[in-house]
This record gives sequence, C-alpha cells and structure tokens, in this order.
Amino acid sequence: MSAQDALLTEVGALMVSAVPRLRRYARALAGDHAAADDLVQDTLQRAWTRIDTWQHGADMRAWLFSILHNLHVDQRRRPGLTTVALDDEALELPVRASQTDGLDMRDLETALQQILPEQREVLLLVALEDMSYEEIARTLGVPLGTVMSRLSRGRSRLRGVMEGRIQPRILKVVK
Amino acid sequence: MNSLPITEADLQAYVDGLLPESRRAEIETYLSERPQEVQRLLAYQQDKQAIKALFDSVLDETVPDALLQAARAPRPGVAGHLEKRVRLSRWSLERMAAGLALVFLGAGAGWLGRGAWQTPDMLAQSARAPVAAVYAAANSLPRQAAVAHVVFSPDVRRPVEIGAEQEDQLVAWLSKRLAAKIHPPKLGELGFELIGGRLLPGSSGPVAQFMYHDSTGQRLTLYVTNEQSAAQDTSFRFAQEGPVNVFYWIDGQFGYALSAGIDKGELARIAKAVYSQLQPG
Repeated sequence: MSAQDALLTEVGALMVSAVPRLRRYARALAGDHAAADDLVQDTLQRAWTRIDTWQHGADMRAWLFSILHNLHVDQRRRPGLTTVALDDEALELPVRASQTDGLDMRDLETALQQILPEQREVLLLVALEDMSYEEIARTLGVPLGTVMSRLSRGRSRLRGVMEGRIQPRILKVVK
Repeated sequence: MNSLPITEADLQAYVDGLLPESRRAEIETYLSERPQEVQRLLAYQQDKQAIKALFDSVLDETVPDALLQAARAPRPGVAGHLEKRVRLSRWSLERMAAGLALVFLGAGAGWLGRGAWQTPDMLAQSARAPVAAVYAAANSLPRQAAVAHVVFSPDVRRPVEIGAEQEDQLVAWLSKRLAAKIHPPKLGELGFELIGGRLLPGSSGPVAQFMYHDSTGQRLTLYVTNEQSAAQDTSFRFAQEGPVNVFYWIDGQFGYALSAGIDKGELARIAKAVYSQLQPG
C-alpha cells in the first residue's frame, strides 16, 4: 500500500466514524429521515471533492459539520422543488404513540421544526454535539455574539411553542 | 472588585455548564433572588436533555450502505485532489455528468423516460449526486457543453434522439423548440458525419446538441443555445474540461460550443468550418 493509499484509507475511516453523528444532527435539523440521509450523503461527497481543504490532523467532525451546514443553507436558499422520497414508510399512516412520553417526544420534534433553522442549528449543536460556543461559531461561520443570540432566542421560542404560547405555523394562509 | 454585569449570554452558558467556577458562583448568587429566571433556565436545561434523548437513538441505527460508501475513499482517481491538482479530474467530470443527468430527470421530460442512454451505474450515481452544487458549478457554456458531451457521446445504443437519416425532422423539431432556425453544419469534408441530435435543458430553456463521428468512431458534439441574452459576442475561446476540449463562441443570442476528445488544432479547424457555415447568407 502506498503512502497515498494509506492516507486515503485513514481519511475514509475518519469519515466513516463521523457518519452516525452527522446522521443524528441531520435528522434533527431536517426533521425528515430521507432528507437527512441525503444531506449526509451530499456532505460526504462534497467533503471528498474538497479533501484538499482539510488539514491533516484537523478535527474531521467540525470540518464535516461545516460542510453539512453550508449545504443545508444552500438548500434553504434554493427556491424550487423540494422532493421527498416516496418509500414504504411515507405511505404508512401516522400512528400516534400511545405513551405520554412518546407524545411529548413527538411534540418536541414538531416544535423544533417551528423555530428558525438558524436557531435550530445552534440549539442542536449545543445539545447533541456538546460543542463550545466558539466551536459553533467556527462551524457555522458566524460571530460568537450571533451564536449567543440565536441560542437565547431559539430556546425561548422552543419553550413558547412547547407551552402553546406560540402557535405552530403548520398552516400557511395564502392571500 | 466589582463583578461584571450578568448577561443573557452568561445565563445560557450557565445552562450549558460552560462557565468558569468563579463566574458560576456569581450567577448562582444572582439567580437566588430570581425564581422566575431559575424556572426558565431549568426548562431550557430539560429541553436540552430531551433533544439529546430524542435523537440519540439515531447513533445506534445501522448506517445505510450508501453512506458508508460515500464516506470511504471513493476511487483512486480522487487522489488527485489530495495533490491539490487544479485540473478537473475525470472523476469529478463523471460526477458532474451524473448530477446533470439527474437535473434532466428532474425536468420530468418524457423524452428521458426511455432512459436507454443511461447505464445502471450512472443512474445509481445520479441518485446520489449533489445536484444543486454540481449544476451551479456547471453553469457556463463551455462547461455545460463539455458535460453534455461526456454524458451522451460514450453512449453506443442511443447517442441521439433523432438520427441523421431523419435530418429534416430533426431540424424542424429543434428549430421549433428553440424558436430559431437551427441546422447542423456539414462536416463531411473534415471527415465527420452527422449521427443526429437531441434536445437538452439549458440554464433557462431548451438547447440543442448535434453529434458527429469520424471513421475511427471519434465523436464530436456541437452544443447550441439561444439563451445568451446577457452575453456579448466573443471570438473563439478554448476551454479544457478534463479529457474534453471545447471551442466556443457567442454570436448574438446564440452560443455555440464544439466538444471532443481530440487535439486542439484539429478542433480549431472544425470550429472555423462550423462558424463559417452558420453565418447567414
């Protein structure tokens, strides 16, 4: 095995080890199973095309999260069609969880989608990834102050939705 | 020494346990007189734990094979990126082609439904290609032409939609769809015969592609757009996209790009022949 092959294998192993966490974050961010995995897939593909921008020895996870973030921003900005994979799962009727816990969880999942994506990102990186605020600022490419205000507003809004003080914007009125 | 005023950021950091010990004590003193704030921060802390509990199960799920494959080193060809080669690698060209193919599919045109030109491998790739990124990067005349060349010219069974034996139909159809008189130049004197043509989606509307081949099977494509409204006329320009050489020029609303995997000098001769034939009159 050449030195280059060994390096490629090493980088590949680092990426593989980051996949579960990327999936968890993407699932929480996108709220949709298939869309989340598509986002992770795009992230990995873009990572390989830009592997020359990764410094050997640098934090692979933070780098991948930045790429995922940028792709998600692109998606949000892109006007046009959003497609959803029509798999077996999508054809099943939603069934309400019978346990109260399940209901709460579902509420939280719904509520998370009711806050601004910029705020959701920060909340999730704090909650899921235990990132420091400085790490989040670097990952998202925004100033520290912006991270703090998004965190504060996001948490407040999430509470508001959960407590029913803020009405979820599920239905949009088209005038 | 007076302590710093307590800010919202301090309170958030308190929730996340990210404060130094001394500051933490100051916050606790502050909170001891503000039960409502304690309630609020407690709720935030519970939400944080609930979010983690809600999504932690994803970590235990079996990772789909497609993601594992995408995470591993794709192919030896990608090594070029590690060497920081600027040249567009064969590998990324293929990806670009795959991405473009998906854009075509997304356009939902019936003509693609036949799909005979697409190999299963390409289909599998296209389903995974980061479409928007690839398409945005491909948003220029020579690049789009090169990608269209890479996508269609290797196809043995269906390189074109309408063959040269129905040239009248081909001309009528493409002219109608592009709302302009479009006809394939004759390149027989240069050793290239028309195979046929097809309609493709451009940046904002239809574009045409004519395909030729020589006696050795070498294929050449002429890409014609009439959506160059913002552009100014250009002289011949040359671009290289991986293995594909492209000569292109813009003439009023029309953009032309001639692509082939052949020598630059020979391609230039053909480009001049095409140019002279396309002049009205």
